[in-house]
Amino acid sequence: MATRDRLAETFPPQSFARRAGIVAGVGVPAGLAIMSFIVWVFPPLYDAFWGATCSTADVWLVCSGFLQRGFTAGILIGITAPVVGAYLVNRQMALIGEALAHTAFGGVAIGLFIGAAVPGLDYPLLFALVAAAIAALGMQWIAVNTDGYADIPIAIMLTGGFAVGIAVISYGVVFSATVESYLFGDILFVPFRNVQLMVGLTLVVAGVVAATHKQLLFITFDREAARLARIDVWFYDTLLIVLTALVVVAAMQVLGAILVAGMLVIPVAAAMQVTGSFNGGLVLSVVFGQVAVLGGILVSYALNIATGATIILVAIAVYLLALLVGTVLGR
Amino acid sequence: MTPAIDAENVRFAYGDTPVLSGVSLTVEESEFLGLVGPNGSGKTTLLKILLGLKTPDSGSVRLFGTPARSFTDGTRLGYVSQQSSEADATMPVTVREVVRMGRYAHAGIRRLSDEDRRAVDEALDRTGITDLADRRINRLSGGQKQRAYIARALASEADLLALDEPTVGVDADSVERFYRLLDELNDEGITIVLIEHDVGLLAEHATTMACLDGELYAHDETRPFLESDALERVFGSARAVRADALGGDALGGTTDASAGDADPIVEDADAPVGGN
Repeated sequence: MATRDRLAETFPPQSFARRAGIVAGVGVPAGLAIMSFIVWVFPPLYDAFWGATCSTADVWLVCSGFLQRGFTAGILIGITAPVVGAYLVNRQMALIGEALAHTAFGGVAIGLFIGAAVPGLDYPLLFALVAAAIAALGMQWIAVNTDGYADIPIAIMLTGGFAVGIAVISYGVVFSATVESYLFGDILFVPFRNVQLMVGLTLVVAGVVAATHKQLLFITFDREAARLARIDVWFYDTLLIVLTALVVVAAMQVLGAILVAGMLVIPVAAAMQVTGSFNGGLVLSVVFGQVAVLGGILVSYALNIATGATIILVAIAVYLLALLVGTVLGR
Repeated sequence: MTPAIDAENVRFAYGDTPVLSGVSLTVEESEFLGLVGPNGSGKTTLLKILLGLKTPDSGSVRLFGTPARSFTDGTRLGYVSQQSSEADATMPVTVREVVRMGRYAHAGIRRLSDEDRRAVDEALDRTGITDLADRRINRLSGGQKQRAYIARALASEADLLALDEPTVGVDADSVERFYRLLDELNDEGITIVLIEHDVGLLAEHATTMACLDGELYAHDETRPFLESDALERVFGSARAVRADALGGDALGGTTDASAGDADPIVEDADAPVGGN
């Protein structure tokens, strides 16, 4: 029964081919434009920005290449993760991000293994992207054919992805420091090409959300009314879960596979405490995301503790503060 | 003229439990159809099938001449469901943001236009909730919330408005206002299908009425419908009714209808005619 109703949500049936056409027609040129941007335009912009910042405030914090890359990566994640998280959290799908992150870790492990054998393919984040995308589509397939985004498939995917990662790592020869940087995140270890990848992913996420915000909000708030308005809810479900996979892979370098979901969820949860409007909450959650990232980097630098963990702890502190303010405001 | 809704021989079952069998129903454009029936008679299921939200096991449904499942013009349909969505209890979203959703089918992926904003303002105004527009929806009372959903359906400027017991939990004043609004809309040419438990109230406003209990018992203009034996047959055969109670408060007992208004309809019923 549930399956039949869910399948019925894919209507109108003929729209899929049309939509695939639109996606390809817009996606391919946009993809090429983003590629050219991150390869040719972004690097000089990046150098100019940090060069200017460093000559204005000549401190190690902004002049070190490590921290420049870390700050950039963190700021990008502080934008994309809460934006996508806003839809996920309000659909009770928060843990999907965690499951996808664990599967992405499996992809990283495979990527490290292959990269060790074939140096030309030493690009583990791309493998993570592929693994997370496959997991996202698999999750969508399971949701269509069973009872939606139930916690059993999520638990299976979460542990399964991790198991694959650990199995591959234990079989191959990989430096444990490298593995740890993907598990727990290491903001001082973000290579420039990963910053470029994150810029690309951020542009994709921002562009897609800007174009489809209304549809994503509608299916988040009231699926049935969205179906009545003849919005293809399964197309937008798939879109949202694929966007989540992109964000998770982008954030993994900074936060690590284990902590990624925190950035999707906590800033959004904090914003929900102090605002009554979805759009207002979206903006506020990005602000909170930035506070968490920048505050987290500074605190971790000052106290010499792990950055990914500090970012999440600062985010939780912001959440608790918002909870307090929300209670006082009577929201 | 192509009817707004044309359903033929619709059958639907949840697993082994039949819900609808052999339902055929035609709703002409500009008709105001009141759909009544006991609890569990399949009214909501039928409405969802008519709107293309559910697929019947067999039979066909056409919306404005197009099969309902491949009917793609979301701008022509408006719907107020029985229960509000799950998300509205927790999600931060303002009344205005909810009403704006009524314009999403018009807008597609472009930004909302001035025309869209005008429709939203007008819908807020007609339902009398302009002053609540910036409130978070879960801070509203049940009746206010229901008016917000009605405003959303209005904002869509649909040709066909389907409402499933929209006035449950709404105060009497607002119900009065709401029916006046429906009459206005119907006068403007909008087709209305309304599920309502208050048969008496419905009879004052609907141009046609139909009675459902698994199958469709009658569908006629309001006057002949009330004079027919359709109501007593359906409510007489309903599961919870004692046959000898029919003349008294059978309608009240099974449908929460206001018995006073409905009394004349069933006064002369001697015994229920077995419908099933």
